[in-house]
Amino acid sequence: MNIVVCMKSVPSSETKVKVDSDGVSIEQTDVVYEINPYDEIAIEEAIRAKEAHGGKVTVLTLGPSTASQNIRKALAMGCDEAVHLICENVELADSSAVAELLSSSIKEMEFDVIFCGKKAIDCDNHQVPNRLAQLLDIPAVTAIFNLVLTTESGSAKREIEGGTELVTVNLPALFSAEKGLNEPRYASLPGIMAAKKKPFEERQVSLGDEKLTILSIELPPPTAEGRIVGEGPEAAGELVRILREEAKII
Amino acid sequence: MSLYQGVDFYNIDELLTEEERLTRDSVREFAEEKIMPLIAAHYREGTFPTELIKPMAELGLLGANLPEKYGCAGSSDTVYGLICQELERIDSGIRSFVSVQGSLVMWPIYTYGSEEQKQKWLPKMAKGEVIGCFGLTESDHGSDPAGMTTKAVLEGDEWVISGSKMWITNGTLADVALVWAVTDEGIRGFLVEKGTKGFSTNEIKGKLSLRASDTSELVFDSCRIPKESVLPESDGLKSPLSCLKQARYGIAWGVVGAAMACYDEALRYAGERIQFGKPIASYQLVQRKLVNMLSEITKAQLLVFRLGRLKDAGKESVEQVSLAKRNNVKMALEIARNARDILGAAGITDEHQAMRHMANLESVYTYEGTHDMHTLIIGKKITGLGAFT
Repeated sequence: MNIVVCMKSVPSSETKVKVDSDGVSIEQTDVVYEINPYDEIAIEEAIRAKEAHGGKVTVLTLGPSTASQNIRKALAMGCDEAVHLICENVELADSSAVAELLSSSIKEMEFDVIFCGKKAIDCDNHQVPNRLAQLLDIPAVTAIFNLVLTTESGSAKREIEGGTELVTVNLPALFSAEKGLNEPRYASLPGIMAAKKKPFEERQVSLGDEKLTILSIELPPPTAEGRIVGEGPEAAGELVRILREEAKII
Repeated sequence: MSLYQGVDFYNIDELLTEEERLTRDSVREFAEEKIMPLIAAHYREGTFPTELIKPMAELGLLGANLPEKYGCAGSSDTVYGLICQELERIDSGIRSFVSVQGSLVMWPIYTYGSEEQKQKWLPKMAKGEVIGCFGLTESDHGSDPAGMTTKAVLEGDEWVISGSKMWITNGTLADVALVWAVTDEGIRGFLVEKGTKGFSTNEIKGKLSLRASDTSELVFDSCRIPKESVLPESDGLKSPLSCLKQARYGIAWGVVGAAMACYDEALRYAGERIQFGKPIASYQLVQRKLVNMLSEITKAQLLVFRLGRLKDAGKESVEQVSLAKRNNVKMALEIARNARDILGAAGITDEHQAMRHMANLESVYTYEGTHDMHTLIIGKKITGLGAFT
């Protein structure tokens, strides 16, 4: 089974984001990049699929050259090969451009299954998996929390309003991972040592004309401090008055 | 509360290789997610978390710097140091377990053992299926191991061992004890398996330090082991001392982790704790304490980084290792005390780490060569005059 897993490097969720003095970019000092947590789940699922069915896992990243350490981590977890599409101004690529670049690379590979995270936690667009499947003309099941894979098909469960949906698709197909699908393994020392010897292809790519222009980046306004209007039942009247007269929401 | 991020004021990360950073991050994540939630309860109960042995083995943390040929990761000494740092960030007892298994049992088997012994023990020890302990210290011979009284006498096809060893980490837990005993040919190392007739262990109770670690007495009462249980290449006191050099190297790194944990905790607490209407971090006396901590940690980090590079090149001396162990343990102990001070009353409970680290570091200060002995080792080197032998 040939498995491709798409991975993005994103600022760690611990990062305190600061807008750079140019007003259109994020200050990079002290920003630590990690594997997008949903992609890490996708990587784990890809490795498990390989362990069950044989074959190989290729990890594919579009991103600046600094993303290489996270790609190495994916190899250390158990991916077999890496393709790094190096793009230094990737933040100007919208979901459409990202999907185009990823798909043209995947089209050169043999694949049965593609795994992605359901979204990247930096931009939160939820777009790439669906667009990628469309461009490759294969079925996609998104935000799955359970998967039963055979060499012919995949049956995936996803949460929908008020219930669970079970979708079975023939391979080749794309699945995007939701939390709960698995618990990603740690990169072990033998894995880290082995990762150094695994194929790691780097290729420069550039964005087409349809790239984004970022006009400005602003932090959300600071949340106003809370106000305690009183305690116990006697505070209810005052609270209702404030909600009606000041906040005007009731 | 946000996740622990480590302390790196001088951007030492830039000096590390990708492999070193990846390992450090992986062990840090594992330690944070799998060890941290367990440690306070084990410390309180006085138990070693045996449930961690398998996951630590799967990560490749046992004997990490020994060759792949024996089922180990074959990583560098700097990587081994970083592992110690991240484990001791949680607790010295966990790092002690890994130090003993890797540096004090696997390393000597690798260095002084026969090929048969290496094949028999090392892969299983790397997998955590066999746990080891190192018996050198005796109740009356700590800094003075040459005076040991445990004896091994060859009778036909068997060695007969008599005597006892004290303060042995992993002693009760261990499946195999590497025991140093006096023979007609001087001090030699022996592998004694658990369950051998005449070999028993007693766990030491009432410890106020290293509570999440097994510390025991090993007793040998005319214990008979096969002739081939001796480590064939072990030869005199220099053999166990060379093992201690490996372990001390790991300690010098490990305690930096403990110091970083205490600093991180004190810094966060000082920023949140309000007195006289302001966070205590805004007061000059507290700032001075925090800055002193950061300054000492940064120096200690640079010291072990350089020592790691020397060791990776096989150029580190006994005295250089002593200097790093001596400096860094003292540094960590003082930082733990200062962190406890900043935490005030809150610092005396096990909801915070500082006092646990402080109590642990009191042991680390005097084990693997006391602070004073390391002073004299370095003193002898620079003056050419021995103050103890």
